[in-house]
Amino acid sequence: MIRDITIGQYYQTESVLHRLDPRTKLMGTLVFIISMFLADTWIGYALSAVYLAAIIRLSHVPVSFIVRGLKAVMILLLISVGFNLFLTNGEHEIISFWIFHITWEGIRQAFFMAIRLIFLIMGSSLMTLTTTPNQLTDGLETGLGWMKKLHVPVHEISMMMSIALRFIPILVDETDKIMKAQMARGADFESGNLIERAKSLVPILVPLFISSFRRATDLAMAMEARCYHGGENRTRMKPLRYENRDRLAYLVMAFYMAAMIALRSLL
Amino acid sequence: MGIIKAIKLTYDYIKRDEEGNPDGVKRAVDHVDIDIEAGEFVAVLGHNGSGKSTLAKHMNALLLPTEGTIFIGEKDTSDEDNLWDVRKTAGMVFQNPDNQIIGTVVEEDVGFGPENIGVPTEEIWKRVDESLKAVGMTAYRYHSPNKLSGGQKQRVAIAGVMAMRPKCIVLDEPTAMLDPNGRKEVLRTVRELNRKEHITVVLITHYMEEVIEADRVFVMDDGRIVMEGTPQEVFGRTQEMKDYRLDVPQVTELSWELKQDGLPLSDGILTIDQFVDEIMELYNGGNGRGDAGAVEAPGMETAQR
Ligand SMILES: Nc1ncnc2c1ncn2[C@@H]1O[C@H](COP(=O)(O)OP(=O)(O)O)[C@@H](O)[C@H]1O
Ligand SMILES: [Mg+2]
Repeated sequence: MIRDITIGQYYQTESVLHRLDPRTKLMGTLVFIISMFLADTWIGYALSAVYLAAIIRLSHVPVSFIVRGLKAVMILLLISVGFNLFLTNGEHEIISFWIFHITWEGIRQAFFMAIRLIFLIMGSSLMTLTTTPNQLTDGLETGLGWMKKLHVPVHEISMMMSIALRFIPILVDETDKIMKAQMARGADFESGNLIERAKSLVPILVPLFISSFRRATDLAMAMEARCYHGGENRTRMKPLRYENRDRLAYLVMAFYMAAMIALRSLL
Repeated sequence: MGIIKAIKLTYDYIKRDEEGNPDGVKRAVDHVDIDIEAGEFVAVLGHNGSGKSTLAKHMNALLLPTEGTIFIGEKDTSDEDNLWDVRKTAGMVFQNPDNQIIGTVVEEDVGFGPENIGVPTEEIWKRVDESLKAVGMTAYRYHSPNKLSGGQKQRVAIAGVMAMRPKCIVLDEPTAMLDPNGRKEVLRTVRELNRKEHITVVLITHYMEEVIEADRVFVMDDGRIVMEGTPQEVFGRTQEMKDYRLDVPQVTELSWELKQDGLPLSDGILTIDQFVDEIMELYNGGNGRGDAGAVEAPGMETAQR
């Protein structure tokens, strides 16, 4: 179950999306997120669906792989759908009991909310699936370079992010191992009330924390041994350069955004 | 002066009580003198807590001596101006392969070191290509390190160090977390770097078999260097090794035991071939002498097992 988390993972394959400049993809993700909050009509959602489908096609990442990432946020999804479904007031009531009212508006709202969340997650995981954390870091660092003038530690933040991303799969594996080890000793993570279950997590979290600190110390030392000393005087193995495909991508984004805005203001 | 030279090198860890106040010191390295020539393959042996890692960290200026001096490439590590030169001269590979790989793609990890020391882009690519080739990992350059075996991860880590063009690599128990195949893989890589690229190697280990091919072995105990010499010399002093709670290779142990029981074998036999040769010589000679063969027979059986 815990291995299903695909958010933040990189899917290695060859595609035009993989080759795009990370800054372009960051901007693309931002544009897509904004567009999802603009959409409020069937046509709007249909347009984003087509747009998203086209990008997924271009990415060469199997759809099943992207969909698997949704499982991890299923609960969040269900809760927000539930809220919208039961607690939206409207004129066209279908069923009503106690404080719950199911209305046509509620169903519509819940449906849109679900689509919006699903699209958001798919859209943003597409970004990490096609961009190595190092590229992502580089993209953030270069793209947000102007913030250094405001004394924002851009390099440090992006380095932190990339290390976090690199260690997610390792820590997930480790959690799995610890859980199994504790289960073999008779630990029970599935039964009991909420408090008991929360308590049963302690024997997982403690060893996980300890080992993470250990890893952090080791990694810091390894980085120091390889002459890491922050972002100063650092060169790039893969410096960022915009290509024609990036210009094209920006153009596509602009048209998509324009269409979404037009749809919202017209309909 | 050799590429690594320590003079009366001493390091104290400060012990702290519960509140974090200093209370006493732990002397982890105690007046160590070493002089390692460029191109040498040196092994450091010692049981847990004997100070091997502490010594290794001095070779990369990750720790600075409490007393004494250590020169790397004739540069004093205590001088802050020498820091980057020292780290460029002596690269370091650690025990846990997962905790020293920074990149999410093999080639990006190998490029991490050169990026840090400001190597121009084109030169980085050249170095990455060469380093990956040197450790035989070119085929995996686009892979994620997470999907590699332990031995492969360590080879990537070695490539990452090689890309900084060091004169010397210090490996702190690089095979401790690997399976036997991974261990062989890593050791073969290290040996090749030593022979072909003339990289000075300092290999810290507690696997005796890995020490056999070293030019020189240091044995550490309680922070001091207690034995020094060729593998044959060091393992030849089997009783002394045992006193330092160290094993010797199986054949060495066997021939030592047989020698204790009166067989005239030489000291510090390191390979099975050498052992068989000596036994055969005794056996053939023994046959000529007559009844001595009865004594050798058990030795023969053990050797063939
Ligand atoms: N960070 C530390 N703080 C205090 N004592 C330490 C620390 N690291 C190691 N030591 C002590 O120093 C001694 C040598 O440790 P180390 O160099 O790691 O040995 P080895 O690598 O041979 O196992 C040990 O007794 C150990 O307990
Ligand atoms: Mg150690």
